[in-house]
Amino acid sequence: MEMSEAIVLAGSAIGAGLAMIAGIGPGIGEGYAVGKACEAIARQPEASGAVTRTMFVGCAVAESTGIYGLIVALLLMFLKPFT
Amino acid sequence: MTIPEFLRGSSELTVTGPKVIASFEVFGITVNFTETIVLQWFVIALILGLCRFLTHKLTVSGVSKRQVIAEMLVDAIHNLVSDTMGKRWMFMTPYIATIFAFSICGSLISLLGLRAVTSDFSVLATWAVITFLLITATKIRFNGVGGWLKGFLDPVPVMLPINILSEVATPVSMALRHFGNIAGGAVITALLYYGLTGLSRMVGLEIPLFTIGIPAVLSIYFDLFSSFMQAFIFIMLTMVFISNAGPAEDEA
Repeated sequence: MEMSEAIVLAGSAIGAGLAMIAGIGPGIGEGYAVGKACEAIARQPEASGAVTRTMFVGCAVAESTGIYGLIVALLLMFLKPFT
Repeated sequence: MTIPEFLRGSSELTVTGPKVIASFEVFGITVNFTETIVLQWFVIALILGLCRFLTHKLTVSGVSKRQVIAEMLVDAIHNLVSDTMGKRWMFMTPYIATIFAFSICGSLISLLGLRAVTSDFSVLATWAVITFLLITATKIRFNGVGGWLKGFLDPVPVMLPINILSEVATPVSMALRHFGNIAGGAVITALLYYGLTGLSRMVGLEIPLFTIGIPAVLSIYFDLFSSFMQAFIFIMLTMVFISNAGPAEDEA
């Protein structure tokens, strides 16, 4: 393997790892959202259906940044666009 | 996975797109006829068969079990649409139900050992583009072409590039979210098989015994939970975006 190719591969692997740092944000955000939803359901159990539905949609929207990180990591690991 | 495949274990890790069965050129553009297209027709046939089976011989009195299930499904999707979008959007129900059924069945065929239809980005991109066109059509219907174009200059004309970007970001993020969840799950499952095969070889087992059972736990999350969740979120976002494109309920 050539030196330049090895450097690119190493860079891609490190980049994939760094891209997954994006997982921190959605983790915190979704945890907070679910915690608040639990509080809301505890206070108003009759509204649990609406609260749960809204929470899932909010979680999905919050999750998209994490998914973008995952896609970038997968691209770097398996498609190796720079080699 | 067949038995010889299982006995061999996954000794190399490859992540590829859907298999290309045939490719031909149309006006200089290469069009690929892929595995996904065949599987999509399979899913369509499956859903059609299910619908025909469930709605066979509908009656008013003396309702059969089949009809109860069919009524339950139709009622559930009707209630979801009327709760989320309001009564005047009920005409959207067939589209929402189609996307929901297609997405769930397309993701769940991975349980049969086939490649999930939704792990191909073009499928999700198509659905997202259809939704985007519906959102734009709704905006034009309620505001007129002028009003729609003027919406890009809202609140100040300087915001034009940002507004265009946010308009484009809607379908892109919808498609990427669904695709990333299903495809990411498939890749992580492949990584787990690879790792467990390596672990079995390390302790001296010729047959990768560790790949029995353990991946099934992950499969419950990635195949069952994720499929339902992403299908639900996709239709939920579709409904919210389309109903937000029109004026509020009391103004109409």
